[in-house]
This record gives sequence, structure tokens and C-alpha cells, in this order.
Amino acid sequence: MRVTVTVNGAERTAEVEPRLLLIHLLRDHLGLTGSHWGCDTSNCGACVVLLDGKPVKSCTVLAAMADGHRVRTVEDLERDGRLDPVQEGFARCHGLQCGFCTPGMMLTASWLLDHDPDPSPAAIREALSGQVCRCTGYENIVRAVRWAAARRGAGPR
Amino acid sequence: MQVPAYVDYERATSVEHALALLARYGPGARVLAGGHSLIPMMKLRLAQPETLIDINPLTELDYVRLDGGELRIGALTRHAGLLGSPLAGAAAPILHDAERVIADPVVRLWGTVGGSLCQADPSEDLSAAFAALKATMVIAGPGGERTVPARMFHTGPYETVVAPGELLTEIRVPVAPGGGSAYVKVGRRAGDWPVGAAGAAVRLDGNVITSAGIGLTAVGAEHFCAAEAEEALRGAPATEESFARAGRLAAEHCRPVTDQRGPADYKRHLAAELTVRALRRAADRARGPGRGA
Repeated sequence: MRVTVTVNGAERTAEVEPRLLLIHLLRDHLGLTGSHWGCDTSNCGACVVLLDGKPVKSCTVLAAMADGHRVRTVEDLERDGRLDPVQEGFARCHGLQCGFCTPGMMLTASWLLDHDPDPSPAAIREALSGQVCRCTGYENIVRAVRWAAARRGAGPR
Repeated sequence: MQVPAYVDYERATSVEHALALLARYGPGARVLAGGHSLIPMMKLRLAQPETLIDINPLTELDYVRLDGGELRIGALTRHAGLLGSPLAGAAAPILHDAERVIADPVVRLWGTVGGSLCQADPSEDLSAAFAALKATMVIAGPGGERTVPARMFHTGPYETVVAPGELLTEIRVPVAPGGGSAYVKVGRRAGDWPVGAAGAAVRLDGNVITSAGIGLTAVGAEHFCAAEAEEALRGAPATEESFARAGRLAAEHCRPVTDQRGPADYKRHLAAELTVRALRRAADRARGPGRGA
């Protein structure tokens, strides 16, 4: 079947089997390898992208279900050579080591800040509770999101 | 790499269209809602439908409203939608208790109430919550609508009364003054399925229990409920002694099995203790002002 998905603002069309998972459409058909393919069981959250603005574990959605919808991936966070505050926060606060979970973490964090501009550490932990980091112990991820919230709150740079 | 087996895909645009597609593709067709249970099952070949009927465009099935003394929940309501509904929280706080501990916030944005119920996992949380609330399921089919009590909805693990060609469309929860409800779950870690969980919905007249519903999940309770414990509570005072007796009866009548989440005797212990805790909290809420079921 033919699917057309608006990915990072651009319409992309691909001929796929209906069983194809969204993560594989993004990585294998569209070459967007920033979204990571992790546990394959909707537990780890490495594959989180935004579908119609909401985070989703893209190993648990068919590409067919995204037909006609909008997807945003980590590749779209940076704009005109400027990092998104969430990306900058992760860099400054050492919110990553190996980086495998980071794209998914940042997209969920970005969605959280859209809905809760000044989240408490507890709210950040709750929002990210379906995503697993095996390096950092989460402490620095929470700090990174808090940093991003403060930067966003300071208004556009 | 886990990939579903080959499957065909159709997208429904209305309830009528979904029913027509289900009729056309027959017993090999399966309804696809949030997909967060079905797609993992398909990856493991535990489900292998020939055709998926995607009902995600059916926004007319995504609602929570009060109507005629009932809380009505559309089957395509996302878990996050039910958790975010002040109406549901006021009328049946058990539903918010349960939703807070179902999967994780990202999964809750996509997984649906109806999908969870139709998946019919024997450890599913809402099945126990709706059993406690004595809810009614509305099922649409080629011959029109029919209703089924929540307690008759499941026919076995991963099996429900929803026949090929039918679609669960709504869950109705009776709401009346003097009621309180609560849900308590023990899991191994955040977002996991329960080791054991219990829900309770009680109505009080003074301190006398006029009706009680107890839902249990993951512990092998028939119809996700504890009928003997409910019977013992009717007309009894809402006291710790009554709750303890109900907990003992609930534990006696369930049939937990040892699995990777825990041994059977621990699950039986949970059935008793969590029944007590759910009843205690439900009764507290029933005594509080302005509460529904």
C-alpha cells in the first residue's frame, strides 16, 4: 500500500507492506536514523517520535496508521543551526552518555514542556517513566529538562 | 527483530463503515484501535489476523459524558482521555486510580479503553474496575446494538462476547449519590501489569453498605469479581471487620497461578489485602461530600 506521511514538515510517500512498523518506515525507507529501534516491545521508549504532536512508541504503530498524519522526529528539533532548548539542556546537563535513549527522551520532554512549561522533577519523572535510560540514572535527564524549561521560559533567544 | 505477519489493512471512517468492513472480511478481521496490545501480540504471533480494520478515525467513539444517571465512555477513548476527564474522576474515582497505574504516560496517549477491554488480558486493570462498578458494555453489530453486563463480557483469557462482525462502542457506568470507589494495584515496577489488583465500589446509607462491587484482576477471579465477598458486605456496617471478612472471602474464591510475576500464595494474599484497602478507600470516598460511584 502507498502511505503519505508529513515527516518533519515535508510530505513523504512510500510503498510499504501494511505490517510495516512506523519506526522502520522512518529508519529504513526514509533514512531518518535518529529515531532508535530498541526493545521492540513498547517498553523502552527509544523509538518515541511525535505523531500529530503526541509522543508515541513508533515500534507499536503501523506506518499505515500514520498515513495522512504528521510525524516529527529528533532530526527536526534543531532549527537553522540552533539547538532546541531541550537538546541544549541535555548537552549542558550531561543528560546522556551513550545517547541511545536520548532522541525519544527529548521528544517526550519537548511535548511535556508544551503542556507544562514549568514541570516539577516529579512531573518530569512521571512523563518519562515509560522510557528507559541505562546510563545516567535519570538524575541528569531531569536536570536537562528543568534547564530547558527555564530556557524556554526566558522567551525566544 | 519482531515484525507482524503479513496482514491487510483497511481504515474505517464511521461505525457503520467499520461494521461493513468487519462483515466483508469475516472472522479473519480484527479491529485495530490504539494497537498497543494487539501489535505486540501480532509480533509474537499470539494474534494473527488476516485483515486489520483501523477504527482510529472514529472520533465519535472518543468521549466521556454523563447521560441519564450514567457515565458513558466511548470505546475509542484513550487512557489519557479517561484519566484527564474530571467527570470520570468525580463520578467514578476508581477509574482514575486505575488509569494512573496503567502502562506509562506515552502508552496511555494511544491505548484505548475499548481496546484494553477487548484484548481481555486476564491481568487487565479496567476489566476489574468496570466489574466493580457493575458497568454495561454496548456492542454494535449488523443487527443493531446490544448490551452486556461487564461481568459477562469476558468468556476467558483473551476472549470476549464480542463476535466477529461486532464492535464494542461504549461502556456505561451507573452513577448515584452515596457511592464511593477505589482501585489498588501492586506491580513489580512502574508501568507493569499487576501482580494483583483490586477495585471496590460501595454505596452507603449512613454507615451501612447497601451495595458493594469488588473487582479483582491477575488473580484468577471468575468474571473479574468477588461475588461471595460482595454478598457478605450487603447490609453490613462499613467497618474494618466487614472489610477483612470480604478480603478473606475474595482470596478464598480466586484461583491465582504462579507465574513470572509472583507465586500463587502471594497473589492470594494480595487479593485479600488489596480488597481490604480498596474497600477502605471506597468507603472513605463514599462518606466524603459530592462523590458519585
